[in-house]
Amino acid sequence: MKPNLPPKHPRPLSPNIQHYRPQVTSVLSIVNRGTGVILSAFAVGLVIWLNAGASGPEAYAIVQHVIASRAGQIVLFGCTFAFFLHLTGGIRHLVWDTVHGFELRSIYASGWAVVVASAALTVAAWVASVFIEG
Amino acid sequence: MDRRNTRTPLAHAAGLGPCRTGVEDWWAQRVSAIALIPLTLWFAASIIAHIRSDHAAFVNWLKSPASAILMILLLIALFHHTALGLKVVIEDYTRAGAKFATLILMRLSCFAVAVVGIIATLRIVFRG
Repeated sequence: MKPNLPPKHPRPLSPNIQHYRPQVTSVLSIVNRGTGVILSAFAVGLVIWLNAGASGPEAYAIVQHVIASRAGQIVLFGCTFAFFLHLTGGIRHLVWDTVHGFELRSIYASGWAVVVASAALTVAAWVASVFIEG
Repeated sequence: MDRRNTRTPLAHAAGLGPCRTGVEDWWAQRVSAIALIPLTLWFAASIIAHIRSDHAAFVNWLKSPASAILMILLLIALFHHTALGLKVVIEDYTRAGAKFATLILMRLSCFAVAVVGIIATLRIVFRG
């Protein structure tokens, strides 16, 4: 026996993030958490925006200027996508809470529906805003 | 067996789960989530409609009773939901030492920021 040699067939370890093949189910699970944390930061942004509005036209103009900047628009687009992912993912969770949609086929179908719907709603919201802006 | 009820008849009769007080946060997270569906959609639609509003138009929009009520309801539901969600995240990913300090700081911050937002809304409503 040579105990120091590594085993020929190492035993598999528990799911390792670097080797674990991502599936729409596991990715959406962590995305719902991640978007929730991201949206907490935007909730603080909402309060900053309200306070700027309460302070007066100058403070409001500064915040509006930051939002209208290129970086602000990119961040706001990301926020919109995060919001719709969390909203549709949350509705998926509420449906699960009624003990429906747990079959493997419907879990994958609802998962892809979340991805497609949040992408479509994000694009629709921005198209609407560009259309109204004129 | 009925898949809606996995508890034993004795546990069901005694009305005791694995712990007696664990479900309130779970339930409150669902209730606030349901409230946030119409409230956030209203907010998103309002933002899109007022995309280029100046300060006067913004104040006019938020001054109306319907907008002010919906905004305050949004802030309450939003920060309640945020506190419940961040609580679970902190509990899962923070080690014991920092856990309680982080939880307390997060909970107090959510209360404070929500109040600051509500007061800002009221300041706009009662503007001269």
